[in-house]
Amino acid sequence: MSGHTVSADISGHMLDLDEDEDLEVFSKNTSLTDEGPVPNSPSSMVNQYRLEDDEDQQDTSAKDLFISVEDPESHITAIETYIMYRVVTKTTRSDFDSSEFEVRRRYQDFLWLRSKLEEIHPTLIVHPLPEKFVMKGMVERFNDDFIETRRKALQRFLSRISEHPVLSHSQHFKVFLTAQLQLLDETFLFSMSYFQACSRMGETMRAMANSVRGVKNRPEEFDVLQDYVENFSNKISSVDKVTQRIIKEQREYLDELRQYSSTYSQWAESEENLCEPLKGVASCAERCCNETEEQIQHLSEVLVPALHEYVLCAETLKAVMRRRDNIQAEFEVKSDTLASRKSDLDALQDEVDELADRMEKSNSALQLDCSRWRNTMRADLKAAFVSSAEKNVEYYEKCLAVWESFLVSQRGESISQRD
Amino acid sequence: MMAENGKDEAAAGSDGESSLTVERDSNLLRRMEICVAEAEKRSGKNAIGMQETFTVYLIETRSADAAAEGRAQPPDSVWRRYSEFELLRAYLILTYPFFVAPPLPEKRAEFVWHKLSADNMDPDFVERRRIGLENFLLRVASHPGLSNDKILYRFLTEEACWKEAVYETGFQDKADSRLRAFGATFRVRSPQKCFIDMKQYSEELQSHTSQLLRARARVADRVYAVYKVHGNYGRVFSEWSGVEKVMGDGLQSAGHHMDSYAASIDEILEEEEHYADQLKEYLCYAEALRAVCRKHELTQFELETASQDLVSKKQQRDELATGMVRTFSFKGVTNKLFGQEAPEQREARLTMLDELIAEAEDSVTVKTAEREEHVQKAWADILRFKEEKDRDLREALLSYAAMQINMCKKGMQVWSNTRESFLKM
Repeated sequence: MSGHTVSADISGHMLDLDEDEDLEVFSKNTSLTDEGPVPNSPSSMVNQYRLEDDEDQQDTSAKDLFISVEDPESHITAIETYIMYRVVTKTTRSDFDSSEFEVRRRYQDFLWLRSKLEEIHPTLIVHPLPEKFVMKGMVERFNDDFIETRRKALQRFLSRISEHPVLSHSQHFKVFLTAQLQLLDETFLFSMSYFQACSRMGETMRAMANSVRGVKNRPEEFDVLQDYVENFSNKISSVDKVTQRIIKEQREYLDELRQYSSTYSQWAESEENLCEPLKGVASCAERCCNETEEQIQHLSEVLVPALHEYVLCAETLKAVMRRRDNIQAEFEVKSDTLASRKSDLDALQDEVDELADRMEKSNSALQLDCSRWRNTMRADLKAAFVSSAEKNVEYYEKCLAVWESFLVSQRGESISQRD
Repeated sequence: MMAENGKDEAAAGSDGESSLTVERDSNLLRRMEICVAEAEKRSGKNAIGMQETFTVYLIETRSADAAAEGRAQPPDSVWRRYSEFELLRAYLILTYPFFVAPPLPEKRAEFVWHKLSADNMDPDFVERRRIGLENFLLRVASHPGLSNDKILYRFLTEEACWKEAVYETGFQDKADSRLRAFGATFRVRSPQKCFIDMKQYSEELQSHTSQLLRARARVADRVYAVYKVHGNYGRVFSEWSGVEKVMGDGLQSAGHHMDSYAASIDEILEEEEHYADQLKEYLCYAEALRAVCRKHELTQFELETASQDLVSKKQQRDELATGMVRTFSFKGVTNKLFGQEAPEQREARLTMLDELIAEAEDSVTVKTAEREEHVQKAWADILRFKEEKDRDLREALLSYAAMQINMCKKGMQVWSNTRESFLKM
């Protein structure tokens, strides 16, 4: 399981929820046993999916939960500095006590939520969070652009969870959105969480050990899916790298273009008749510089975050596939034990039945979620690519207009000179 | 800054022919159509007996009347290599030092952005050189002063023996020693201001065009990189499309568009080289302009030197005749020390001095005439050059804008198509 982080603002009430049994009770309707109150069939789930260009435009017809992440604020304590975000929820759901909620959360709280969701629903695809640190580009953690990018990604994360037929009904999600929590003593919380993390870690290790043993008869559909996940991961990483490279080259082009433009201006100063056309060319080049800057910014704000998220999704998918394999492996181990043991058959049989059941449910949950995820992915990436292509068309249109108006003014002038 | 006001002295008396517009139907070009039609590779032994490969260019000429009358007349043709063009230009520069010599295309590829071939044998380079050589001939043949030159005519019509004919003119002897020319720049006292200003302008023109060419090459490098990286999209989308069901078609066709986007830059930049060539012509022209201005400094300096020489000789004669030593001279000193010389000796020296004075006066007359001729013809040609430059460079800038427009249109097309493909995802 992914690393358990320290959440600084956990109330006693929250700690109770960490008992798996309680959670199973609460979430019985929503996780493995029941596909949830939302429609069961994949096609109707697909219909829930609309093309969303912008995470802020939320389609109103199917959603009953609207979340926004706003107002990042710096908090400085003796131990650390961090950013708090305001999470605003508006909902019409009956199982919520009120229709509007406002809470303050920090990045670690999001991490907590996500790890809980993954823990309870190991074979569902939980949307990734923005990364903890950004190494390349040497972005400072508290740089404005970085904070804004992170805010948008956090909002997208919550939005995706809220749209998920199963995850959006998770108790942890509800608590995250609604509980007004007070800051408790941090060292106490740290040690409590640490113990919990250690015990979880043990479970994780056992699960990992099972996966090392390998799955014996992976159903063909999951072999196909495994292949797809690996290929997708490669391709999306490549597209991400290519896009980063393009941005880098565009920036260098922009620098040279600026200098180029100024050589025309300088030359214009020593000319008479040529002064005007030279200045004209200089100004055209400069305006193209501005358009190039805008285009780079658009790429950075629209395409790069979308690609990046799906690079992270690819990792999530791999983890999900591993967990599914683990569930199957556990079943296979117990199944084999059953086959070889002669005594204690009843107890073992129950266990095996339970594991078989769990395995089947995990498998179908994964399949469903995978096809839902693929539609979301398609819609997201399509929107990002289309937007980038449109921006490029717009870029060339604007540059064209700049040069054309220069030509027209020059040709018009030469006609009037001849007259 | 190009000085308009300085031309008052120079332009006075310049004949109307050596003025402003370069028209195709003046002089040689009126009588004859000229073009550089082809280029070919040849092999041969060079001056030190080594085997070398070089390119020759075919010059075709045809009587203009025949063409006008619609008579189908086969053109006369002559093969020349680049070095012969260089020789012709050197001859013209030395023979007519008051004309701004039209430029030749560059000897070696310069201001090269990294993908462009710097190889003289590269077919694109050869083609652009062909165009440059043709421009050179057209400019020379339509130049009111240059176009009637016999050597030029023989260059265009006589393949063999031309080289000997050029050397026979002894034009090399007219070359000014570098040292003399260099010294003149510093020691000349009253060069005409218009020429000084024009020399300043020529240096600025040279600096600006070379800066521009350098910056353009760097931009070309960058643009090339941006387009080519998009080719990677082509490859990845294509591979990715094999993995996806619903998205496959859209990704596949988007990939194709990215491939063609990446490929389109080669043609775009090749076309832009023609623009660079036009700028390079004026880089070369700037140097020719400066040479004319420095020639003025030299003729002025030589006149000043000759005049000074005449003045000092007259002074010497005066002193000798009157016995009054107004200026310091060794003769004065020795007179004091050893006594004056005998009257016969004095007579002899006076006679000699009179001869020298006569020579010096002739020299001044010659130098004055030289200077005058240079000033008149050079200034007229400079005005002609100025108009041509303004016209040519303005056209170049406009054609550059047209190239940019073309590039934008292509970009719009590709990205529109790509967008359509993405919509099919």
